Amino acid sequence: MTVATIEGRHVDVDAEGFMSDPQQWDEALAEALAKNIGIEMTDAHRAAIRFARSDFMTTGETPTLRRMATAGGVTTKDMFLLFPKKPAKKLAYVAGLPKPVGCV
Amino acid sequence: MTTTLEHAPVPAFDDDPGGGRKLCIICSKGSLDMAYPGLVLANAALGEGIETHLFFTFWGFDMINKSTMAHLQFTPLGNPATHMPPSLMGLPGMTAFATHMMKKQIEGIDVPGVPEFLEMITDSGGHLWACRMSADMMHLDSDDLYDRVEAIISAADFIEISAGAQIIFI
Repeated sequence: MTVATIEGRHVDVDAEGFMSDPQQWDEALAEALAKNIGIEMTDAHRAAIRFARSDFMTTGETPTLRRMATAGGVTTKDMFLLFPKKPAKKLAYVAGLPKPVGCV
Repeated sequence: MTTTLEHAPVPAFDDDPGGGRKLCIICSKGSLDMAYPGLVLANAALGEGIETHLFFTFWGFDMINKSTMAHLQFTPLGNPATHMPPSLMGLPGMTAFATHMMKKQIEGIDVPGVPEFLEMITDSGGHLWACRMSADMMHLDSDDLYDRVEAIISAADFIEISAGAQIIFI
């Protein structure tokens, strides 16, 4: 296990830097994580993150792009605008969730 | 053992270790089961920020032909992987039944049908191309094809587009 300091707090992370305990996450931490990967947070980012977290809490899985579109109401196009290039992974990182495992 | 780090590692999202990796998938089959490998891989590659092109040729045209794309079929006939008695697989209605079952299974894991999958792929920035020779053979033009197909292109055009790409033939 690795503990890292983010925003002056001790947070469990994996080797890549994804948080490994979703319970340690809060919105202030999300702002810091977003900054780390060059994302300027907007309300649209926050809404996507909130859905991803509540979905994870219900299903136990990080939502894929498909799930974000069908259950979360965030279109695939919007996901690529909000979290360019690797939207599902970037969303997971900022939301303090594990990388998505679903194929589609 | 616990390691404590002063600075948290940050995933290397934009450092492209492959240096502008690019993927081209040639879709040459028109059966339901053979449509999905290309669609799933294209979608995965796009989600990883990889430039992705799909080239539809021969039977793969059924995936982008407006009149067939939503009605691809799966037949267990001659397919030993179904582990069913071969003598029964040719019975009337078997293809319709097997197609129905497969579609239900695909839907059951929230994977979209072919038209919606192609929409998702193009929304993610994927490129769709149709083969000139197949279009000519089947007497089809761009009006017959899914409207997000960018163009009907020749084999030579495809070779140009796929320069430097990794190519998967399905």
